[in-house]
Amino acid sequence: MSLPQPSTLIDNMIAEVNQRFPTLNESIVMVGIHTGGAWIANAMYQKLNLKTPLGLLDISFYRDDFSQNGLHPQVKSSELPDIEGKTIILVDDVIMSGRTIRAAMNELFDYGRPKEIVLACLLDVGHRELPIQADIVGSAIDRPSNQRIKLSGPEPLSLSTVTLDK
Amino acid sequence: MTMNPLDPSQIQLTEDGRLKHFLTTEGLSKEILTEILDTADSFIGTQARSVKTVPLLRGKTVVNLFFENSTRTRSTFELAAKRLSANILNLDIARSATSKGETLMDTLWNLESMYSDMFVVRHADSGAAHFIAQHVTPNVAVINAGDGRHAHPTQAMLDMLTIRREKGSFENLTVAIVGDILHSRVARSQIYALNTLGAKEVRVIGPNTLLPQEIESLGAKAYNNMNQGLKGVDVIIMLRLQKERMQNALLPSEAEFYRLYGLSTDKLALANPDAIVMHPGPINRGVEIESAVADGPQSVILKQVSNGIPMRMAVMAMAMGGQQSGQNKEEV
Repeated sequence: MSLPQPSTLIDNMIAEVNQRFPTLNESIVMVGIHTGGAWIANAMYQKLNLKTPLGLLDISFYRDDFSQNGLHPQVKSSELPDIEGKTIILVDDVIMSGRTIRAAMNELFDYGRPKEIVLACLLDVGHRELPIQADIVGSAIDRPSNQRIKLSGPEPLSLSTVTLDK
Repeated sequence: MTMNPLDPSQIQLTEDGRLKHFLTTEGLSKEILTEILDTADSFIGTQARSVKTVPLLRGKTVVNLFFENSTRTRSTFELAAKRLSANILNLDIARSATSKGETLMDTLWNLESMYSDMFVVRHADSGAAHFIAQHVTPNVAVINAGDGRHAHPTQAMLDMLTIRREKGSFENLTVAIVGDILHSRVARSQIYALNTLGAKEVRVIGPNTLLPQEIESLGAKAYNNMNQGLKGVDVIIMLRLQKERMQNALLPSEAEFYRLYGLSTDKLALANPDAIVMHPGPINRGVEIESAVADGPQSVILKQVSNGIPMRMAVMAMAMGGQQSGQNKEEV
């Protein structure tokens, strides 16, 4: 099965954001999760007329697999505008277990108390391990559990399949 | 990679080359040192938030094992551990069990029995942290917070972080380390780190009595004349005159030392106009450095103190992660 073009999916997501938020005022902040989610968020941000700066989140200090895998070797800095009382559009590339999103929400709350968090993901591949669902999805596809979808970027963005050794 | 347990640079790394103890900057690759600096940079971002803690070491126990007095180093390690959500136990061994005759190994075994995950060690003997790292049970990380005249790697790395943040990179920098090089564990750790990170030139400036004989073999150019040594320098690192470690008369007098090797406004003018002035503290005003320089616009001494916390968070997080990685590899 061939994978969809990220640009098409991003257009779908932008349409959904516009539908959900007819007026993109100062109370709405978009936050991308490093690294893939930040690329998607940046691509969406270019085409949306948001009034607030784009936020970037690196969840390395909040991951739940630190005791298995240690610290990720290339930690980036999180850079967020004021999120207190704001509606956050949290953007990631691929949602699978849901653990990245849990870590991201934990980190967001250390920056402030948002009014609402809306989750937007390019691809939903199923295999959830936590009760977390995306509100805005570019596309949902079924994949065997030993396959991962990898986003390459930032320019051009493309999707590819990686099969894990079992 | 073959592991030689006696090689200090090898005992610090896991089989796949990650940090598991931090004992010395000697022998660590440019990649590892750069990763430490990058990680510390990321922690700086968390320090400006209203919630300054991250949950990385939640539930872990860190023991500050200080066999020698220290206020600044111990308190920044304590704060760093707390901001990583670890539990911390401060042991002032200088005034406790060892003075009742307990051996170092007995002290260690007792602490291991309390399920500690990390020892931060300060000791007056060179090699103490290395010795402890060789003898701790697996999965306990050891961080050297200064051993004798040997090494003080976290201080050296917070200085590297300060230099990189002020100057951008190391490639074109000439760095002068001034004063009591002989007794300075910081100077040794700095020289290794600066050369590995690619500094253009490292100089040491001091009287022959305070310069170790082997210093040039470490990759530093020695100067006895401070006026010559400061010419064209981008970074000046002043060292504290370690009066407590001097058993012989290595100096004519403090006043004489200040006249020859103290950083005054006049001497600072010999360095490049945008040179930065550093000092690991505590500073002896009027002994190594003039107050007007220590408090002046080129001084980054208090930035060094601020950078101490994210740097110590970085090495603690990386070493603890290295102890745990590979136990159960799994994708998330």
